[in-house]
Amino acid sequence: MSVVVRISDDALAIACGADAVAAAFAAAGCTVERISSWGMHWLEPLAEIAGEGFGPLTPGDVAAVLAGNSPLSIGAIAAHPFIARQQRFTFARAGQTRPLSLDDYAATGGWAGLARARELGPEATIAEVTQSGLRGRGGAGFPAGIKWTTVSRAVSARKYVVCNADEGDSATFADRMVMEGDPFMLIEGMAIAGHAVGADMGYVYIRSEYPHAIAKMQAAVELAAAHIAPFRVEVRVGAGAYVCGEETSLLNSLEGKRGEVRAKPPLPAIEGLFGKPTVVNNVLTLAAVPWILAHGGAAYAAVGFGRSRGTMPIQIAGNVRHGGLFEVGFGVTLGELVMEIGGGTASGRPVRAVQVGGPLGAYHTPDDFHLPFDYESFAAADGLIGHAGLSVFDDTADMSALARFAMQFCAVESCGKCTPCRIGSTRGVEVIDRIRARSGREADRVEALPQMHNARKAPRTLAEEVSLLEDLCETMKFGSLCALGGFTPYPVLSALRHFPEDFGIAAPAQEAAE
Amino acid sequence: MTRTMTAADRQAEIDRILARHAGREGPLLPILHDIQAALGHVPEAVIPTIAHALNLSRAEVHGVISFYHDFHVEPHTRPVIKLCRAESCQARGVEALAATLAGETRVAIEPVYCLGLCSVGPNAMVGDTLHARLDATKFAALVECVA
Repeated sequence: MSVVVRISDDALAIACGADAVAAAFAAAGCTVERISSWGMHWLEPLAEIAGEGFGPLTPGDVAAVLAGNSPLSIGAIAAHPFIARQQRFTFARAGQTRPLSLDDYAATGGWAGLARARELGPEATIAEVTQSGLRGRGGAGFPAGIKWTTVSRAVSARKYVVCNADEGDSATFADRMVMEGDPFMLIEGMAIAGHAVGADMGYVYIRSEYPHAIAKMQAAVELAAAHIAPFRVEVRVGAGAYVCGEETSLLNSLEGKRGEVRAKPPLPAIEGLFGKPTVVNNVLTLAAVPWILAHGGAAYAAVGFGRSRGTMPIQIAGNVRHGGLFEVGFGVTLGELVMEIGGGTASGRPVRAVQVGGPLGAYHTPDDFHLPFDYESFAAADGLIGHAGLSVFDDTADMSALARFAMQFCAVESCGKCTPCRIGSTRGVEVIDRIRARSGREADRVEALPQMHNARKAPRTLAEEVSLLEDLCETMKFGSLCALGGFTPYPVLSALRHFPEDFGIAAPAQEAAE
Repeated sequence: MTRTMTAADRQAEIDRILARHAGREGPLLPILHDIQAALGHVPEAVIPTIAHALNLSRAEVHGVISFYHDFHVEPHTRPVIKLCRAESCQARGVEALAATLAGETRVAIEPVYCLGLCSVGPNAMVGDTLHARLDATKFAALVECVA
């Protein structure tokens, strides 16, 4: 009997060279099993032999691993502090099952949630989800039970379940890991949602930058068809538009239109895909549902902090030593995540800033390390947890350049429907450029015309440019249709407030005024 | 293979793609993906055919093609490396990495905003193949391999 070696076939492991390592083990006569990733990304490619982990491996390390004298052993994987500290509900199977094996899935509690939902009936299924306190994991944090109730009460011959897998935020990869590592769980969650609200069709909208996730989900949908019937799931692929992660834009894209944002109301729960009542939930929201149904809403709600119940798969990324996926109940502090679990920066330099919640999330300084990770605490600190991605920066980060990038990203990705986002983002880049260049602004050719009596002729000072930027952010925040334009001010203003020296000012104007 | 395709071949391929998606809900994006996979790009000339098949105006089809970053109406003349320029890769030094190849003309370095490998950046994608933990040496080797 040959040695069984388990290596992840997650896109990240493959990008780090897992295929070559797997081939080297196979060439040495081992039986190689490709499993999902444990989420300890700094150790990928990680091989597991009888519970013991080795990583990060190259093909050249294989001989030493098999000889039992590899210095890359990390001991028992399950006992590793990064794993042992977690509370894994959604990622309970991570690192332990073959993603496309129906046998592995059924043997680890798969389909139990769907079976229980069918036993309970639609109303009691929704009641379980409501009781669990599960909130939308895409960023908005809207209670899933309330959304499902709205859809179930809407009268229509046709309803849809749409899974938002357009995970475009930098520092997020939990959706990708679910789809690549445990695709049947997501499909089961969608089937439960369909059963609960009376929908028989589900779409998974996956971004085109995730070819591995697309392939796995397509294969999984075919394999699982008999288990979820009469509910059907179809995989649809995005086309490189970040804004399609916004739910109404995503619906337009699914309909084959430009991914422009729709004004709300009507809510998608009432008039969604093709005008029909639609549940639109993030991957992590739907993936949490099988566990909730199998173990009960009360068990899920027993974990968490304040109004944020259950666990959150937190993604630790950027310039961090121990990056990866860390699922834990809400309430862990930002400092624990970055310093203890993440191990500080990969470069070894001091942490200067942590962006929480992707490109639309605020930059936090180590002064915020006491903040408990939950929706309300971050909102109170002028931030957001978004999709729970952390991007760590060391002290070489240029925060005014990052503020400029936030505006530029918004300009590149704006759908163009509303003016504050479409125009404001470009004006924002220009203002930040002038602030960074300390160039001020002369009157332009039109303003200089003699008939422009009210136009200002004197150049704008740096302080005036800064207050103009704040004003612009205010307009974007309250005047934009969706979170792209509405939340771009978070990274910009937080960088300005916490790092005024990077903008060439001693203290921001707003604090001086207070 | 795409280079040698005649106009008749191309038309037959497009007809096959349109037939495959007939009756689907919201088929335009899947059709455009398939055409781009088959032809390497979505030529302007196919817009009227698609518009006719889906009962849309040519303007609507053009609007969709031009909205999405993935679709392009001209074929790529150089191999494309998509280099992630998002925040997490910036935190790991992608801007300095990109600067090392500022004068490179054999390949097109296109920005992409996040490949979902944010803990092991800087990252790049060529076709469907992902490359992580890039440094100047590995990136230069990747460019040589692709060019």
